[in-house]
Amino acid sequence: MKGYPEKPETVYYFGTCLADMFYPEAGMAGIKLIQREGLRVVFPRQQTCCGQPAYNSGFPKEAKKVALKQIDIFPENYPIVVPSGSCAGMMKHHYLLLFEDHARLDAIQQFSNRIVELSEFMVRTLNVKLEDRGAPIKVTWHSSCHALREMQTIEYSKSLIRQLQNVQLIELQNESECCGFGGTFAVKQPDISGAMVSDKVADIQQTAAARLLTGDCGCLMNISGAMEYQKIPIKGQHLAEFIWERINA
Amino acid sequence: MPDDSEFNFRRNVSRALNDRQLRRNFKFAMENFILKRKEIFPDECETEHLRTLGSNIKVRALNQLPRLLEQLEEKCTRNGIQVHWAETTAEANHHVLRIMQGHGATRLVKGKSMVSEEMELNEFLQEHGIEATETDLGEFIIQLNNEKPSHIIVPAIHKNKTQIAQIFHEKLSDVPYTEDVEQLNAIARRTLRQKFFDAQVGLSGVNFAVAQTGTLCLVENEGNGRMCTTVPPVHIAVMGLEKVVEKLEDILPLLRLLIGSATGQLITTYVNMITAPRKKGEKDGPEEVHLIILDNGRSKILADPQLRQTLHCIRCGTCLNHCPVYTRIGGHAYGFVYPGPIGKILKPQVEGLKKAGVLATASSLCEACAEVCPVKIPIPQLLRRLRNESYSRDASCMVKDCGYQHNLIDSMAWKGWEWMNTHPHLNAIVQKIMGVLGSKIPPLGPLKQWRRYRTLPRFARKSLHQLVAEQRVENE
Repeated sequence: MKGYPEKPETVYYFGTCLADMFYPEAGMAGIKLIQREGLRVVFPRQQTCCGQPAYNSGFPKEAKKVALKQIDIFPENYPIVVPSGSCAGMMKHHYLLLFEDHARLDAIQQFSNRIVELSEFMVRTLNVKLEDRGAPIKVTWHSSCHALREMQTIEYSKSLIRQLQNVQLIELQNESECCGFGGTFAVKQPDISGAMVSDKVADIQQTAAARLLTGDCGCLMNISGAMEYQKIPIKGQHLAEFIWERINA
Repeated sequence: MPDDSEFNFRRNVSRALNDRQLRRNFKFAMENFILKRKEIFPDECETEHLRTLGSNIKVRALNQLPRLLEQLEEKCTRNGIQVHWAETTAEANHHVLRIMQGHGATRLVKGKSMVSEEMELNEFLQEHGIEATETDLGEFIIQLNNEKPSHIIVPAIHKNKTQIAQIFHEKLSDVPYTEDVEQLNAIARRTLRQKFFDAQVGLSGVNFAVAQTGTLCLVENEGNGRMCTTVPPVHIAVMGLEKVVEKLEDILPLLRLLIGSATGQLITTYVNMITAPRKKGEKDGPEEVHLIILDNGRSKILADPQLRQTLHCIRCGTCLNHCPVYTRIGGHAYGFVYPGPIGKILKPQVEGLKKAGVLATASSLCEACAEVCPVKIPIPQLLRRLRNESYSRDASCMVKDCGYQHNLIDSMAWKGWEWMNTHPHLNAIVQKIMGVLGSKIPPLGPLKQWRRYRTLPRFARKSLHQLVAEQRVENE
């Protein structure tokens, strides 16, 4: 069983590089959702990327340098909330493998222990109650592989969607299958990745949902991009941004 | 024209992806396998416990592998099984040939054995005038059609009923076209029955070999394995050297894991435990039993503590069934006897990165394989290792052709990425520039590949860093 600390006064927020570049509103929504519960959110300006792109592509040395930089800028013993299962998985689980023989392994372990994915934090630590103010809508949900298998936070994300009264969640047939993003995989094996995302889009279409929700910007970029390419009028959105929209409509 | 015999992954992938029938066949079959596995392992906690146990058994066995192999040889020899060592597949093939020639044998029946596929034994024996007949139904089908297995458990899974009906009709004499499954089974049974009668030697694989007792354990569903190991006067078993376990008690959890993961059954129809040739007074069984133990690169893999985990594999095939890449490109695309996730980590280690390193890139690291592996092989982690060794020129690299992909462009690109992400101010400036100019960048290289199936993501006008500053989110 995982232990959950009492609701803290202050948390750190790690926004992720993809949210920073492409989905800043999603990143911002996560911050506002936490602030709304009366917490102080600290966003260290020096943060950049968790290092996963290089780590997965065969460049662990470069990944280590970037990772160490992050570890140094979150010094206080606050939880570090991450609006991504994939980046959270990297920092919570893979740092320990990446720095297996490192002299500072203790500090790294201490950092990794503080990593928590946004929806799990909202449900388990903040126990948020959401009041839906939006018009009725059908949505579907895509589970990112690392949220599902590394962080195991899918049930928290879906429980947040289910709190929204006017939102009908229609599940995908192959909800737990990868969308084909996989970072550099999408460009190194474009045809396999393309086949995977095309199947994912077809699965999304058959739900007749108006919106696709997910908790990871990598998947979002991949699936939304494919839907837009195929001129399918379904909007992809990060869960945090969707929730913020619903409760403030 | 590209040479067809040369391994060309890109060409194989494009062929497979464009074959709609093949994709339908695989999708249908794999979804079914996933469902069956789920049903046979209903309790997550119990399954997790079992997988840990399975993994520990393999760790314990591999940690003392040389001793266990010696013990296995000693026990087998004492039980009357003749043991032969083969460093290469060529040596293993010659052992088979020598044994057969010693008996003047020209006809061999084979139970399903992936190691014999690794040896390309059928082709080798054919060159020496020996007829080898596959007796597992799936193997029989693809042998008729002169194909290789596309899956390690269900070798003809890429074929549907209609295609099999066509193969039987065309390749077997006096067989009228029928799609009736019972009739197709009966045709195969009738044809094979005669082969069992005529064979002078039977060959099988080994699922587990027990060092303490010298027991060869073999599971199967069709009874053909038992026929191959008991009807002909001579039985030859072939195994990879990683198949040895310490003691009989290790077999039970491993069988449960293997069978549940492979076919979704609690137990196979046949579980063969072979310890000796026919003894005086016994009514059946072969008069001679041989065990050929093959290395073929395995001991080199054993030498590295991380890569060693590759040898945990008990060949259940469940990583294939759960792999979104395998499901879409099928087994033949990998150009290797073991396809799917396990093939992606094994082939580059056996054949070298230059030839097979590309396979390590064919994964989104979704971890579906690691989630179900019955002996907890961290396949995604080993893929990362192989990706690293593809580029790295470090002395610590172990895999053949390490550093083969080392090049200035990639090195500089990742150095640049590192620099950007360790210099936040620079990062912020680039971000601002991209927010304005991002959409005007010409889609070259990786971006071009991305654009074949998707639109490019648009850089936000204001980054998250800018938004948090504007909204006065605290900095520390």
